[in-house]
Amino acid sequence: MSTLVLLTLTGLGLGALYFLIASGLALIFGLMDVLNFAHGAFLTVSAYAAWRTAETFAGTGGLALAALVGTATGALLAIVVELVLIRRLYGRPREQILVTVGLSLAIPALVQAVWGADSRPFPVPEALSGTVGVLGAQVPVSRFVLIVAAGLVLAAVTLFLSRTRYGLIVRAGVENRAMVTALGIDVTRAFTLVFAIGGALAGLAGVLGGLYFGSLSPHQGTSLLVFAFVVVVIGGMGSIPGVALSALAVGLVQQYANYYVDGYGDFAVVVLLAAVVLARPAPRLAGGTA
Amino acid sequence: MTEQPEKRSPSPEQSPILSVRDLRVRIGESRILQGVGFDVAPTGTTALLGRNGVGKTTTVRSVLGLLPEDGEVTGGTVVFDGTDITGHRTHTVVRRGIGYVPEDRGVFGGLTVAENLTLAERGDGPHHYDLVHDLFPELKARRKQRAGTLSGGQQQMVALARALLNDNRLVIVDEPTKGLAPRVVTEVAEVLERAAERVPLLLVEQNLAVVRRLARDAVVLDAGRTVHTGDARDLLADRERTTSLLGVGRHEKPGTPETAGTGRSTKEATR
Repeated sequence: MSTLVLLTLTGLGLGALYFLIASGLALIFGLMDVLNFAHGAFLTVSAYAAWRTAETFAGTGGLALAALVGTATGALLAIVVELVLIRRLYGRPREQILVTVGLSLAIPALVQAVWGADSRPFPVPEALSGTVGVLGAQVPVSRFVLIVAAGLVLAAVTLFLSRTRYGLIVRAGVENRAMVTALGIDVTRAFTLVFAIGGALAGLAGVLGGLYFGSLSPHQGTSLLVFAFVVVVIGGMGSIPGVALSALAVGLVQQYANYYVDGYGDFAVVVLLAAVVLARPAPRLAGGTA
Repeated sequence: MTEQPEKRSPSPEQSPILSVRDLRVRIGESRILQGVGFDVAPTGTTALLGRNGVGKTTTVRSVLGLLPEDGEVTGGTVVFDGTDITGHRTHTVVRRGIGYVPEDRGVFGGLTVAENLTLAERGDGPHHYDLVHDLFPELKARRKQRAGTLSGGQQQMVALARALLNDNRLVIVDEPTKGLAPRVVTEVAEVLERAAERVPLLLVEQNLAVVRRLARDAVVLDAGRTVHTGDARDLLADRERTTSLLGVGRHEKPGTPETAGTGRSTKEATR
C-alpha cells in the first residue's frame, strides 16, 4: 500500500511537470499550427537561470525568487523567438520545424558550453527537502509542491481562456484564425501572448523539474519535451483539461510501469500512446488549415 | 484621392463607398480574377452575381485581404471610402468599418452565442445590441448556447448579428441564404432588407428572388471579369440577358429556394 501511495504521488508530480510543458505546446500548436520543438530549450535555459539564482540566494525565499526568475526567463526567451524568428514563418510549417529543431539543438549546446555537460545539483531548500507521511508512505515534499503548482496553473489558464478577451481570441483562433482577423482583431498579438505564456510555463517547469529531480543538465528540457509531445497527442491539441488529464495518465503509467514492470516506464508510455491513437476514431491531423 | 471616371455610376448623387478597379488575383497557378471592377453605392444593396466559380468569393476575400496563403493580388486597386486599401491586412481593413459575413458563416462553434458577439465588438463602440436583439430575438434567448449546436439558419443569424453589431460603413454578405430552408431564406432576406436601411450592403447571392427583393445595383462576373454592371431590376427583367449571364432560365417566385440550373453544389475555387 505504501509503495502504491508513493508511486501514485510521484507519478502525479511527474504528470504535473508534463502538464506545465504540454499546456504551452498545445496552446501554441492549437492557435498557430506551430510545432515548437524549442520548447524544451526554453525549459533548460530557465532552469539554469533559476539554478544560478537559487545558488546565490539560499532558502525558501531564494527558491521563490528562482521560480520568478525562471518563469520570466522562459517568457522572455519565448517572446524573442516568436518576434524574431517564428513571426516570419507563419504558414510555412517546414521552415518552422527547421528553425525550432535548430534552436532545440543549438540552445542546449550553448548551455553545455557555458556550464558543462555534467548535471548540477539543484539547491533544494531545507523546508522542501524532507518527506511527509501519507498512509504509511514517506513522500518527498517536492511532489506536493509540483502538484499544487500545476493545479494553480490549470486554474489560471482555464480562467484566462474563459474570462478574458484574449482568452476568447485564443479559443476562437484555435477554431478559425482567418475569421478572427475578419472581425478586426490583430491575431498576431495573441500569438505573441500565447508564446509568452507557453514560455513562462516551460520556465516554471524548469524550476520545478530542478526541484523534482534535484539536479539539472543541458538536455533536461529536450528529454522532457518528448513526453510532453506524447501528452499533447493523447490529450488533444485544443483542450487544456484534456492535456491535464493526459499528463496525469502519462506520469502515473510511467511510474507504475517503472516499478511493477522492471523499468519499462518509457516503453509503457509509448504503448499508451499507440493504444490511444489507434482507438481514436478520427484523429485530428497535424497542420490543419485555419 | 480623386475619384476615377466611371463607365456607369450606380448612384450619381454620391461617390461610392467601395471602388474596385481592374482587380487581378492569382491563387496558386490559377489566375482567378483577370479584371474585376465595380462600385458599391453608399446606400442600398449592390448584388455581386455570376455562375459558380467565376470569382465572386475571391473578389470579396481580396477586398478584405483574406486570400489563402498561395493567393496574391497581382494588379488593380481597391478603394474604400476614399482610401486605397489594396493589399492591406485584414484586421486593418475591417477596422475601417467593414462587416463581413462569409460564405461558410465563420461562426465559432465552440463559443457561445454571447461570446461570438463579444468577440465581434470592435473598438470603443457603440455596439448595437438593441438592434441585434430586435432583429434576432432568438439569439437573446440562446445567448448561453454553444453556437456549434445551433441550426444553419440560427448560425446565419449569429454571423449577421456580428456584422451589424458595430457601426460599419459597408457590410459584405457572401451567399447568406445558401443551404437554408425556404422559410429561413425569407427571414434572412427580411433582416438584410432592414440592415440595408442602415448600412450599404455588398451581397453575393445566387437566389434571384432574394436579389430582386433587395438589390438596387447588380454587378455580374464571368470567368474572373466584370461583364455587366447596372440596375438590378432591369437585369432581372431581361430574361435573355439573365440566362446568358447567370445561366438561369426562369424566374423564381419570391421566397422560394433556388431551383436547379446554377449547379451551386460546386465550391467556388478559392483554395
